[in-house]
Amino acid sequence: MSALRQLRQDRRANAALAAAVVLAVALLPMFRPPLDGFIDDCILALAYVVMALGLNLVVGFAGLLDLGFVAFYAFGALVTGWWASDLYSSVKGEKGIHFGVSDFASSLPGIHLNFLVLVIGAILICAVAGVIIGLPTLRLRGDYIAIVTLAFGEIIGRVAQNGDTLTPFGDNKISNGRQSISPIDQIDLPLLGQFDSATNIRPYYWTALALCLVVLFVNFRLRDSRLGRAWVALREDEVAAASMGVPLVRTKLLAYAAGAAFGGISGAFLGAYLNSVNANQFQFGFSIFILAMVILGGLGSIWGVVIGAVALSFVNSRLIPDVLDKGPVNDFLNSLGLEFSFSSVAFGVFGFLLVLMMVLRPQGLLPERRRQLELTEGVGVGDESVYEARA
Amino acid sequence: MEAASVTADAPRPPRTEAVWELVSKYGLIVLLVTLPVVYAVVDLAQDGNLTRLGNNLVEGFSNGAILALIALGYTLVYGIIELINFAHGEVFMMGALVSAGLWGTFGLTETTGTFGLVLGLLATLILAMIASGTLNTMIERVAYRPLRNAPKLAPLITAVGMSFILQNVGVLWIGASQKSVPDLIRSQKELFNVFGLSVSRGDLLAVVVTIPLVLLLTTFIARSRLGKAMRATAQDPEASRLMGINVDTTISLTFLLGGLLAGAAGLISTLYQTSIWYFQGFSAGLYAFTAAVMGGIGNLRGAVLGALIIGVIQGIVDNRVGNIWTPAFVFGYLILIMVFRPGGLIGEETREAG
Repeated sequence: MSALRQLRQDRRANAALAAAVVLAVALLPMFRPPLDGFIDDCILALAYVVMALGLNLVVGFAGLLDLGFVAFYAFGALVTGWWASDLYSSVKGEKGIHFGVSDFASSLPGIHLNFLVLVIGAILICAVAGVIIGLPTLRLRGDYIAIVTLAFGEIIGRVAQNGDTLTPFGDNKISNGRQSISPIDQIDLPLLGQFDSATNIRPYYWTALALCLVVLFVNFRLRDSRLGRAWVALREDEVAAASMGVPLVRTKLLAYAAGAAFGGISGAFLGAYLNSVNANQFQFGFSIFILAMVILGGLGSIWGVVIGAVALSFVNSRLIPDVLDKGPVNDFLNSLGLEFSFSSVAFGVFGFLLVLMMVLRPQGLLPERRRQLELTEGVGVGDESVYEARA
Repeated sequence: MEAASVTADAPRPPRTEAVWELVSKYGLIVLLVTLPVVYAVVDLAQDGNLTRLGNNLVEGFSNGAILALIALGYTLVYGIIELINFAHGEVFMMGALVSAGLWGTFGLTETTGTFGLVLGLLATLILAMIASGTLNTMIERVAYRPLRNAPKLAPLITAVGMSFILQNVGVLWIGASQKSVPDLIRSQKELFNVFGLSVSRGDLLAVVVTIPLVLLLTTFIARSRLGKAMRATAQDPEASRLMGINVDTTISLTFLLGGLLAGAAGLISTLYQTSIWYFQGFSAGLYAFTAAVMGGIGNLRGAVLGALIIGVIQGIVDNRVGNIWTPAFVFGYLILIMVFRPGGLIGEETREAG
């Protein structure tokens, strides 16, 4: 065991392992056809990983329970709806505004901006929205924060769903309401050219993976930074953190802003990949879906959250519809003479799996080391070993 | 939290501070009366009287009364184990489904005589309450008790899981679309009319059932031995255990009480709305939770007050602005109230507060 532990603590071994995993994941689509359901699920899973990592900053690191994370998905996706579709077809005398897009998109009316610009726009808008959402929660504690974020998420969702009746800027509505905004421009990256999700979704996979890796890197750096330690201090004891000189307001708002920005990145990517922005998705259930990934994976543990996000995403998009409903399970039920369709209980199965996984592993699939020590050894005793573990 | 408010308030110059004090003192009151006052002015200008607003308020109060029953369940559970019981809305939904099912069993229709109707509805009320109460207790046993020593957020996810399961049960039971049920008490029928304010049978029923139940519950918690045990457990589970209180039983009892109220709310809302839906627990639960927070989580009177406020907002916005905007208004109000009163309108009576 000790040899194994030593190997685990060896940084080079860790780095090599990580590189191997990344390489394997990156090469995965080469073994599948260019249009593949499995790769499609993987792309969604990767996008959810980005989103869950964002939420993990707020809930896992800073300990601020956020039940309205869907707001940032909404903003990120709406950014693509606003700036990469023909929603505003009347701008500039129906000629449209274009920046860094392909010749085809340049001929379309409406605003069409390059994907990189969209991502930056989504980051900025979501960060601002995060701060705005954070402001009223500054004086609040515990679950009051949760309900205020929930309220914001619901309000943003409502505004997006009824946005076709809102025209704050002339006659330009802020969304298409219950009809989705579609089509969205394909992602068009410098050097790589324009993607085409109708013939080949591999580029989307690699884009999602790249976003994921960047966000992972930022997450690790943030965790080990001064700010990250301030977040954890805040989570553990707000009063103690404040008296040690952690600026509460700035630290909390930065947590909201950073988490929101990641949500926005993922939202912008999903908007472009799904080729439509559907306001009906901006529901409380989505916030809960992402929160479940974070908690199931292990609150505050970066790799845990990655695993949790991938696991739940696959349960949702593959296990329930494809495996249980079509595979041997269904054949078995049919052979018993039961006319039973799993799709009618997909919701319940998902709920059942949530309960089961949580009861079996309450601390999460891969708990954060600090939390694990707290749970197993009690707070007082655990402290010293925490320092050893972190050193 | 003290520290945060100190740092936030300290650098304010005196002039601004005076304004701030004024705002924080009267801002909330101004905020709460804005919506009714605006429409009162509109009504006076357009109709010359306040009838329309008055009718909105009546509808709002009956909405609020039903909501209060659900909100009490949230607040009871939160007070004792500090868990947002997301499955509670679904317990209410099951109460409604059970009620509608029992009508069929008892053969209650729109033509049933008064005596039979009263008897049947009473039996339905009791059975629906028992069903919901048992369900809530079972949920606690299966999904929350195993996680008593787990991280605080783990039961939140099992709560969501349970609510998904229950919604699915609802779908399997009555299908995915809204289903209308017989209008047993002709709930929209006007009962009496004061100065143009029309009070329907449904409105009266909502208030007549809610008030005694709320009074009964508050008396039970304030006076009875078990109520005392509940309050003790809410304050400090560890010390209560040392004092010989069976904490697990007390928590089960709390869930039972919450479930009973949710079952009653289920029956009343079925009578009032004359339709049932597997998803009705979701928005009702969300509003009820909002109401509990608005009043101060863990505070019974606060939950009722919050529910009435939300009911009134609902009553006004539904009829005047359009019901697509109701959630936005309700949650907007919640955020503003939280800004002015971070501990809820009345304040909280939970562990953390002490």
